[in-house]
Amino acid sequence: MASTIAEKIFASHLRDTPTPGDAVLDIDVVMCHEITTPIAITDLMEKGMDRVFDPDKIKAVIDHVTPSKDSKTATQAKILRDWARRHNIKDFFDVGNNGVCHALFPEKGFIRPGYTVIMGDSHTCTHGAFGAFAAGIGTTDLEVGILKGVCAFKEPVTMRVDITGTLPVGVYAKDVILHIIKKITVNGATNKVMEFAGPIVDRMSMESRMTLCNMAIEAGGTCGICMPDRTTAEYLWPFIDDKYESVDDAVKDFKQWHSDPDAHYDSTITIDVSDLVPQATFGFKPDEVKDITDIEGENVDQIYIGSCTNGRIEDLRAAAKVLKGRKISRNVRGILSPATPSIFNQALEEGIIKIFMDAGFCVTNPTCGACLGMSTGVLAEGEVCASTTNRNFNGRMGKGGMVHLMSPLSAAAASIAGHITDPRKYLQ
Amino acid sequence: MKQFGGPAIFLDRNDINTDEIIPAKYLTENSKTALKPFILEDLHLEGFDPQSDELKNAGVIVTRANFGCGSSREHAVWVFEVNDINVVIAESFARIFRQNMFNCGMLAVELPKEDIDIILSMGNVDIDIDVTNGVITAKGAGEKTFNFTLNDFARELIQAGGWLAYADKKY
Ligand code: SF4
Repeated sequence: MASTIAEKIFASHLRDTPTPGDAVLDIDVVMCHEITTPIAITDLMEKGMDRVFDPDKIKAVIDHVTPSKDSKTATQAKILRDWARRHNIKDFFDVGNNGVCHALFPEKGFIRPGYTVIMGDSHTCTHGAFGAFAAGIGTTDLEVGILKGVCAFKEPVTMRVDITGTLPVGVYAKDVILHIIKKITVNGATNKVMEFAGPIVDRMSMESRMTLCNMAIEAGGTCGICMPDRTTAEYLWPFIDDKYESVDDAVKDFKQWHSDPDAHYDSTITIDVSDLVPQATFGFKPDEVKDITDIEGENVDQIYIGSCTNGRIEDLRAAAKVLKGRKISRNVRGILSPATPSIFNQALEEGIIKIFMDAGFCVTNPTCGACLGMSTGVLAEGEVCASTTNRNFNGRMGKGGMVHLMSPLSAAAASIAGHITDPRKYLQ
Repeated sequence: MKQFGGPAIFLDRNDINTDEIIPAKYLTENSKTALKPFILEDLHLEGFDPQSDELKNAGVIVTRANFGCGSSREHAVWVFEVNDINVVIAESFARIFRQNMFNCGMLAVELPKEDIDIILSMGNVDIDIDVTNGVITAKGAGEKTFNFTLNDFARELIQAGGWLAYADKKY
């Protein structure tokens, strides 16, 4: 029978069908961070179930608040650290080697086409960029994942999103996904897999595909997913060169996961991006999106560039295009948080860190930090942040604060202008 | 089977997210009970007061579409649990929140918008839920019943007391 990529992954990982329509899957990678995992660990310990199903399939990182900022976050980090040691979890990343989970784990080659991936974090959907089924889950699901290596999902229903046209100068994956969420709303993909396809996606880097898939959850989507292709194989090559003779070989093998041409989709939408202008949210829901030209001049107090959405090297490069040789406005403060140590290093080598610092940005270590309002850039009541993150919920970056989501280019432009502005004018 | 029901509180808005139910700054707590005072602290809803007696006495939440969207934090379910709220009735749920409810042995029920409208129009109501037969009884000025469907897997999770107990036995 013709199947979508998600259906193929489900079929190959099916452990049980408790009732028709429900599937219990074997999980290839269980990822953990220090916010949602310690409470699972403590609960398992209390129940006398302090075991892990396979230490090699568990990956753990301290990323949300790091280095720890107080006794409580230090305790969370310690619980995760002690647990990783106790169970011989080799892929554990602590201060000095740690970075934002959804940027760090792909970079380490942990995600492969056809994998099933879970994490106690809603943006786990990011990893679908590799042609994996990757979904955020709660703590109980995480406990079962750690203990048994399984997780239950509804049989996948897929919404196909074809992205066509040509991407205009100054318009990035972030603008595209904001535009899509505006169109389908925050509830538009609930309980669905969002399959991103079409010529624009085919031409996108892995970084851009991750940005697309990262925000599938903001439309309610279970997972974002892209077909694994040459770009995927080239990105993963250092990790798979013992398995395949050549990149061509890998590309051929990855095709087994591709959705069949006559697969059934719950719905298909086509987005032509040729006339798209830079986008930004203006409100407290990720679907409250406007053309940036319509909110020109709106106030901002802080600029934040980082996170699992847009803290990768190509994001930093895009922002640096605007910042080079310029100073940020005296009315704002700028914070850059490269998402992982290797991104930080690469940015150092390319002179990007210097461009940010010369412009007046504060550069932090890799961390989630201000994205969820826990450290390194929490907003005060009434303050506004132009941010490259993924959530603009009321109070997300600090109680009473407001967040406008936008691309790294647009955020950099806001830092120079001191207010929201069309970034394209800085590109000439 | 566990009893589900109690006085209802209405949260009359779509897309209430888990940051509103329990803000991220409380995610550093390592016990469920520590979350108790912070329930719905950041909820933006006209006339709603997270400190009200109405919320303190509530056993059931009745709300609109896409309830529990956003972050995967199960803390959003636990903060209800430790406040003795074991049922959420909504037009629809975000996937992770709904799953977290059943995983904790709690009940997330979907009713069509028309039924939610009726419950809302009844004023103060007490809600009684018959999980086995899928019937909700709302008692206020009058009394009305509504049917709901629950698939067998969800019902088994509730019966087992949650997904961990279920999975530990079965897998
Ligand atoms: S960067 Fe933000 S959205 Fe991404 S994992 Fe960290 S807290 Fe979550």
